[in-house]
Amino acid sequence: MSNDLSHLIFGRLSLEAVPYHEPILLATFAMVTLGGLTALALLTKLRLWGPLWRDWICSIDHKKIGIMYIALGIVMLLRGFADALLMRAQQAIAFGDNAGFLPPHHYDQIFTAHGVIMIFFVAMPLVTGFMNYVVPLQIGARDVAFPFLNNFSFWMTAGGAALVMLSLFVGEFAKTGWLAYPPLSGLLQSPDVGVDYYLWSLQIAGIGTTLSGINLIATIIKMRAPGMTMMKMPVFTWTSLCTNVLIVATFPVLAATLALLTADRYLGTNFFTNDLGGNAMLYVNLIWIWGHPEVYILVLPVFGIFSEVVSAFSGKKLFGYASMVYATVVITILSYLVWQHHFFTMGSGASVNSFFGITTMIISIPTGAKIFNWLFTMYRGRIRFEVPMLWTVGFMVTFTVGGMTGVLLAVPAADFVLHNSLFLIAHFHNVIIGGVVFGLFAGINYWFPKAFGYKLDAFWGKVSFWCWFVGFWVAFTPLYVLGLMGITRRMSHFDDPLLQVWFQVAALGAGIVGLGIGAFLVQLVVSYRRREQLRDNTGDPWNARTLEWSTVSPPPDYNFAFTPIVHEQDAWHDMKRRGAQRPLSGFKAIHMPKNTAAGFVIAMLATACGFALIWHMWLPVVLTFAATVIASIVHTFNYQRDFHIPAEVVARTEQAHAASLQVAA
Amino acid sequence: MSSSPTLNAGPAPVFYDNGDHHPQQGTLLGFWLYLMSDCLIFAVLFAVYAVLGRSYAAGPSGADLFDLPVVALNTALLLFSSITYGFAMIAMQHGKKNAVLTWLAITGLLGMGFLTLEMTEFAHLIHEGAGPQRSAFLSAFFTLVGTHGLHVGFGTLWLMTLMVQVQKLGLIPANKRRLMCLSMFWHFLDVVWIGVFTFVYLMGVLP
Repeated sequence: MSNDLSHLIFGRLSLEAVPYHEPILLATFAMVTLGGLTALALLTKLRLWGPLWRDWICSIDHKKIGIMYIALGIVMLLRGFADALLMRAQQAIAFGDNAGFLPPHHYDQIFTAHGVIMIFFVAMPLVTGFMNYVVPLQIGARDVAFPFLNNFSFWMTAGGAALVMLSLFVGEFAKTGWLAYPPLSGLLQSPDVGVDYYLWSLQIAGIGTTLSGINLIATIIKMRAPGMTMMKMPVFTWTSLCTNVLIVATFPVLAATLALLTADRYLGTNFFTNDLGGNAMLYVNLIWIWGHPEVYILVLPVFGIFSEVVSAFSGKKLFGYASMVYATVVITILSYLVWQHHFFTMGSGASVNSFFGITTMIISIPTGAKIFNWLFTMYRGRIRFEVPMLWTVGFMVTFTVGGMTGVLLAVPAADFVLHNSLFLIAHFHNVIIGGVVFGLFAGINYWFPKAFGYKLDAFWGKVSFWCWFVGFWVAFTPLYVLGLMGITRRMSHFDDPLLQVWFQVAALGAGIVGLGIGAFLVQLVVSYRRREQLRDNTGDPWNARTLEWSTVSPPPDYNFAFTPIVHEQDAWHDMKRRGAQRPLSGFKAIHMPKNTAAGFVIAMLATACGFALIWHMWLPVVLTFAATVIASIVHTFNYQRDFHIPAEVVARTEQAHAASLQVAA
Repeated sequence: MSSSPTLNAGPAPVFYDNGDHHPQQGTLLGFWLYLMSDCLIFAVLFAVYAVLGRSYAAGPSGADLFDLPVVALNTALLLFSSITYGFAMIAMQHGKKNAVLTWLAITGLLGMGFLTLEMTEFAHLIHEGAGPQRSAFLSAFFTLVGTHGLHVGFGTLWLMTLMVQVQKLGLIPANKRRLMCLSMFWHFLDVVWIGVFTFVYLMGVLP
């Protein structure tokens, strides 16, 4: 009886699940615990628990939520990159008799976790963070359309990330590759908790992403400043709009697909099994119907970032604004019509493969148009090679090569030779690092002074850029070569000693990228310590062109005391040019949403429910699920969701801003 | 976004609003977008059913299992619940709180009747050995119909919550907005059901 009860409470969770016999994991665990305890001690010592809870965790300010998303992305980048280093080190030494330091079952978890973390918990939070922070400011709004939902979305994403991190120390992660193809991910081949961690962490984070997509579309459609017609929106806002349309149009597909695999594993259904009529290729089709647009969900916002950066640092209006918008929209639509190129080898026949090969090649046309637009923006501009601009130029070189290897892979006949090889790995890292990561660093360097009131240190920024840029090419060029030689991905050991040197070079490249990440962290610390020298009092340190630079840095809670009225594209540039005067009196009380703990509480209950589901802890599953539903219902009984910032407070804030502008002048 | 002051219309363009600008309410648009995302979940489930719907694995087919008169009754319950929800909305327009509550209660009862019939059908199938584990066809069937049923269940829970809120606070703007959202949700489920009825049940009994 008591045995039954403990099974009902703990499911298959026992002390066995803690991998204390794995020295690498144990050391990591010790470090994480030590780091965590230090952080907790510091928070207690500096009495920061109250502010942390009130001003951040419960905050529904889009700016704070944006910063939290970006912080989450950077922390998870360190985890994902640690996985990358382990893989590169393993492949550099595991030749012949040397088995390396990672046993296969561990290696398989690492490459799975690396992919999952980098896409879902590094790139997605960073991209969402930028959209959250910048879009309302660019369109002259005071917050997003649904501020509470925004907070909830963030905590769902964080909850998913927490589950992935937990899998490192409690149980294990999936050994299936980042998309968990069945039948390998089915119950028969993967009976352990790894795939369940995968399913529930992505399901929970995915809910957050979908809701945040809905939120930002409604924000952009409904909350633009007076006069800002669609074709006067900044390009970053345009790419954000298209990105969020893609999110709303694809993440439900991911949710449904993962739910079906979950049903196979929990309820014994036969969607993707090998017997009783199941069809594993159905999963592969469905997951890539989400997966390919996902690539554009990541890259479209950074196209927006590059557009803002290139125009600001060339001192020119963006070349071909309308064509940029149309290219973005075309990419949005086409991204839905290419998914099958991820598995040309499925055997769907020549005509189907040709269709998807051709649509894939067509996508490169609008993308190429964008590259030319950026080049023409730079042409005869007064270019300032500040750090964001360096990342942009580095991107144009790197991404173009990555795009061309993509066109190569789009030819089905070539893909039959190169699929599942290291050539493919090199290709998608070439576009994701050269595109998304470079863009995110450009964005961090570009908007940091807006968020914190001081610039990032340029020297360490340049060190970081050059290490990343050089490191990327050193790390991935060998993989192109190896891929052309026919070496497949996801191997933890090789027999042919002639290959080893290529892997050693690649490992060296990963080390250089590691220096780039280190330099970025140093950049953050150095900038914080030199913040008085780097301070920007103008709110517009780059002499930029869009509305986010028209308010003080960091912006007040309400963003704009008076909503700007837009007459032209590049509204702030227009205001500066025509001598717009900031009103200094006549402030009115501003209506704002109120902070709440509800989003955090509901998201954490949902995460706890996910954990219980992973371990088949059925009693906690019922309790946490009921608690999630009840907490949501209780929240709907709260009708007092807003307050007014009094006119005097607004006046005081704005006067301080005016004073700081005088200092700057 | 509101009416845009035209460029060069006056001598000096105005660059700042006087503080009276209020953005539009985005809730209904946001809820529409949510419904479209939900619609995609159903789209996936329909697509899966289209692919696997004839993979019987030597087990029973739709023609063997489906009891069309019961499903027709079920359909009628759900369609009537949409009509009664419509009456609740008309009563809301006229500001008649008690009429709203009455029509909502009837809607909820019809919804629960639908769920009861559906669960009876499920229990019967499982009892006959035609559960979701039996074949890919039955997996797809139970998941599609069950997901719809789950939505009706949550809709009913939402409806009851809203009844309490309307009872407590009356037809204030926030509650009207919520009633409007639930209305869209409820009709959306009706539309999905028409797809289920046609595509799964009616076409499923064809040879």
